[in-house]
Formats: sequence, C-alpha cells, structure tokens
Amino acid sequence: MTQSTRRLVLGATAAAVVLLAAPAWAQAKKEVLGVSMPAATHSFMAGAVYWANEAKKDLEKAHPGMQVIVKTAANASEQASQLQDLVTVNKITSLVVFPFESAALTKPVAQVKSKGVYVTVVDRGLTDPSIQDAYVAGDNTAFGKIPAEYIAKSLNGKGNIVALRGIPTTLDNERMDAFNAVMKGYPDIKLLDAKHGNWNRDDAFKVMQDYLTRFKDIDAVWAADDDMAVGVLKAIEQSKRKDIKLVFGGAGAKGAIKTLMDGSDPLIQANVSYSPKFMYDAIKMTGEARLKGEKLPANNIIPSVLITKQNAKDFYFPNSPF
Amino acid sequence: MPPELVERQARPARAAALWGKLHGFGPIAGLVLLCIAGTLLNGDFATVGNAMNVLQRTAFIGIIAVGMCFVIISGGIDLSVGSMAALIAGCMILVMNKVAGSIGSPVAVIAIGMLLALLLGALFGLAHGLLITKGRIEPFIVTLGTLGIFRAYLTYFADGGAITLDNALADVYSPVYYGSLLGIPFPVWVLVLVALLGALVLNRTAYGRYVQAIGSNEQVARYAAVAVDRVKIMTYMLLGLCVGVATVLYVPRLGSASPTTGILWELEAIAAVIVGGTALKGGAGSITGTVVGAVLLSVISNILNLTSIISVYLNAAVQGFVIIIVAFLQRGRR
Repeated sequence: MTQSTRRLVLGATAAAVVLLAAPAWAQAKKEVLGVSMPAATHSFMAGAVYWANEAKKDLEKAHPGMQVIVKTAANASEQASQLQDLVTVNKITSLVVFPFESAALTKPVAQVKSKGVYVTVVDRGLTDPSIQDAYVAGDNTAFGKIPAEYIAKSLNGKGNIVALRGIPTTLDNERMDAFNAVMKGYPDIKLLDAKHGNWNRDDAFKVMQDYLTRFKDIDAVWAADDDMAVGVLKAIEQSKRKDIKLVFGGAGAKGAIKTLMDGSDPLIQANVSYSPKFMYDAIKMTGEARLKGEKLPANNIIPSVLITKQNAKDFYFPNSPF
Repeated sequence: MPPELVERQARPARAAALWGKLHGFGPIAGLVLLCIAGTLLNGDFATVGNAMNVLQRTAFIGIIAVGMCFVIISGGIDLSVGSMAALIAGCMILVMNKVAGSIGSPVAVIAIGMLLALLLGALFGLAHGLLITKGRIEPFIVTLGTLGIFRAYLTYFADGGAITLDNALADVYSPVYYGSLLGIPFPVWVLVLVALLGALVLNRTAYGRYVQAIGSNEQVARYAAVAVDRVKIMTYMLLGLCVGVATVLYVPRLGSASPTTGILWELEAIAAVIVGGTALKGGAGSITGTVVGAVLLSVISNILNLTSIISVYLNAAVQGFVIIIVAFLQRGRR
C-alpha cells in the first residue's frame, strides 16, 4: 500500500467514524416536543390535526434525536390533564399548544412552563401572554380585510351585502371589525345584516334562506368560512335568485379551492387563506429552533393572502381532510 | 237546593273544565302569538315562501320528535338521535359513493342508500331497546353512551372533515329535499304522513295503548299481561326508523355529513315533545302537540333571523324564554 492510499483509507475511516457518531451524539441530546390541541371535530380542526401529524413525520425523519408527541383533547379540562401527562409521563422539553379556550388553559400552561418547558402558543392566545415563549397565529385581521376589499372592488363600491359570522368569539369579532373598518371607506355599500352561522353548514343554510326572504336585492355575501359558504350556495340555488353575484367564503378548504381552480361556480371567484397549516409551521419552527438552542421570535403571524384562480393551485392540498 | 246555589257551585267547575281544555292549546296559542309577532315585525314573515321554508326545515326535527314522543310517553328517553342521524347520513353517503361505481343507475344507488338509512335506524333502535330492557340499563345512560359512540365513529369515518356525496348522485338526489308536490315541499309531505301515522298508531291501536299504559304505570301494565319489554323495544326501533327517515330527507339538502351534523337535535326533539304537551315522566302525550312544538321552535329562530332588533348574542335566550312560557301555559298536566 502506497503512502497516498494509506492516507486515503485513514481519511475515509475517520470520516465514517464522524458520520456514524453524529447521529449517536444527536441521540444523546434527546428533544421531546409535546403537541396539545383540540380534537378534530370539524373540518378546520381536522386539517390542523393532519398538519400536526405531518410535522411530526417530517421532524422525526429529519432529526432522529427528536420525538414528537401529538395529543388531541375533546374539551378544555381534558386538554389540561393531557398537559400534565406530557410533563410528568413524557418528560417533554418543549410544548406547542393550541388552547381549547384561552382563559381555561392559561393556568395549566403556566404550570408546564414552570417546569422549564419551552412553550409556543398557537392561534387562540392565553389570557396572560407573558407565559408563552412564542406565539404563532393566522391573520384574523386580514381574514376580514381581504374579503371586504375584494367585495368592494368587484361591486365598484356600490351595492347591498349580507354577512354570516362564526361562533361568537373574540376571533370572530376581530374578523368582523376588520371587515367593517374597510367598508367604512365605501359609503354606498350597505351591510344589510350580519348573523351567526356558527361555522356550520346547516345553520348557514337557514340564515341565508331567511336573508333571501327578508332582502329582495343582495349583491354579494360574505360567508366568512368555506363550510358556511356551502350552506349559503345551496340556499341561493334553491331560491333561484339571480341578483347575487358573489359569495366569498374563507380559509381555503380544499373543496372551495378546487371549485376556484375549476371555475365551476360563477359565484365563487376568490378566497382568503387561513390555512390550518400554521400548526405545521409552529411545530417545525419550534422543533428546529430548540435543536439549535435558539428562540423563536415572540410573535409569528402567518399572513392571510388573497387566493384567486391564478394562485389557487399553491393552496390546494388534496390529502388534507380540510 | 235553590237554583242560584247550583249555579254558583257549577261555575268554578265549569271554569276548571274550560281551563283544562285550554291546557292542550298551549302550544297552538303560543304558535299563533308568535306568528302574529312575526308578521308585525316583518311583512315577509307571513308569505307562503317563508312558511314553506320554515316547514321544510322543521321536517327533520318534526319527524324525529314523532318517534321521540312514543319513547317519552313510554317513560324512556333517547339522547343519541342527533349523533345517530349524523352517523346514518355519513354511512349512507359512503355506501352510495362506493356502489355508484358498480351500479349504473343513480336512482338504484339512491334507493340502496335510503334502505340502508332505514335499516341502520331500526338496528340502532333495536340495540338501544335490548340494552334498556334485557340489559336493564337506564335509557339515559344507554343513549348517553351511544351519543358519544355514534358521533365518534362518524368523525373517524370522515377523518374529522366532511363526507361528501358524488356530484352526479347529489344532482339526482336533491329533488327529494328541494322538490315539491302541489306547491308543498316533499319533506313537509313526509312530516305530515309520519305525524298522521304516528297519531293513528298512538290513539287507535292496541300497541299505542300499551305504550301509554307502560308510561303511566309499568308494574300495572306488567300485571295486565302487557309484553312490556317487546313494546319498549319497539318504541326505540320506531324512533330509530324516524331518524332514518329524517336522514333520508337531510342528506340531499347539503349532500354532506360532518362532525357538526345534527348537533343538539336530541335536545330540539325532546323540547318539541315537551313543549307540545307531553309529560317528561311519560304516560300521556300528543302527536299533534309534538308537531306544533317542533314548528314553534323553528318559527322562533326564523323570526330572529328576519329581524335585527335583538343582539345576536341573545338568540338562544329568546328561544329559552319562549320554551318556558309555552310550558307554563300548560302546566298542571305533569
């Protein structure tokens, strides 16, 4: 064996040792990330759960030293118990939590934090924001602002509109306020009424039927959610009314995005993104920052953007239940 | 006895009899008052179109309430009907989508779906009845358990999202909800038919009398050689069938089922029965009252949607007040 080949073998061996040792070293520094969120009882949350599991898959594959535990709860008190289990049984080092209710989960999350766990809060904030290390959320202001701007523009600043709101919550108020703020600039657009359709297809159907009875001339509907848009479209179809030119849903459910891509319903012309994918982003960002020993920025707002036929395919995730 | 004394004694008795008759009119009086209020608040309330909308959407709860009326009269309760309707709707859509590939005729596919809905309803009812009679578990507990089971399975089948009927099938199926005969939508016809059949069975058959006898005193009914267990099982199966019928009408409305389908239907159906003058402890009740009760509940939310005088946050409170007032109008029956 010549000198140079001997050197080559030695170098290769050294490289192999380093390569083999690297994962072992990572293994030793084990990171356990707990995820706690509401159970999939409606399509949006089903999407969020789907994305949480995708994040678990991707993170565990990319970082063998990492373990991700996803827990879903049916109500606030079950979530509080799960948080306890995550700390005492699973010994988590960081937590991504999507609180069921802001007020009820504040104390339980504070308990977790007091054990030295890094806490990222998603979507619904806690009543005491000082507990969280980072906050990740969708953009509720844009969720109300973008449809308002789109509707105002497509009506040329003049016409009658009706709105359907979600379940009475602060999140719903934020969206409605943003919508109203834009409409202030269009005095010739009249918001006839805004009732709660509770993010539910059946309720939205009934509310829309009654709007159609009550108002003889409606130009556009802000359905404020793709599930509610389904009920709204059915009620319009049944009434055979032709005065409505636009139904704006929201959140980018895959059915609605498909309709937009195919151009199969003339009433559906645009959507606004509010993807449950923020769950994926929150988990991935937290996991990777923790592995590097870094912190996340305190506030991370995933921007809501206007979706039209042109960019619809970027927002189409056929495998997600949402 | 001098004649004026007879007259004086008879008057309170007659007044009591009149009052007794009025009790039964509680729901009807409530409905009439609500309709007057609705017309005053919005001229569009009293149109045929609006009336048809209200009746059409009452159909589901109304049909379920007819079945619930039997169960409550017999002294039982069923808390699972909303979840049951949701699960049946989900199964129906899944099966129809599946067989649509192998069977060419969409009408045949839909017929299979409808049969499946009725069959599942009857089977779930049978399971309830067996657990309650042979298993000797309280109806409240059995149906509280299945309430969770049914909805959990639907959520599982739907993967948390929505189960949606194929577009081609949905188009063929939709007239079942949206179509009409003589200007009256099909679901309203079905509700009328189910109510008439229910009233006939309750008031004119031996089975109906057994149901009432068991509700007023189960021990006595047993001594009178009534097959108590069989009658009870049949009331739950009857209710299951009603849920199946309601689901057959529900699916073409939106062509989908999701974990929020049928939430709180059980409470609406029970409220309709009670507002309609049936005693929650069983024994006696009326199908007419039940249907009127169901219509009354829909009318309240319809009026609230047609007006905007009350804060939207108080809708549920208005419904609660009306339910309590109507129940007050016919107190003394229980």
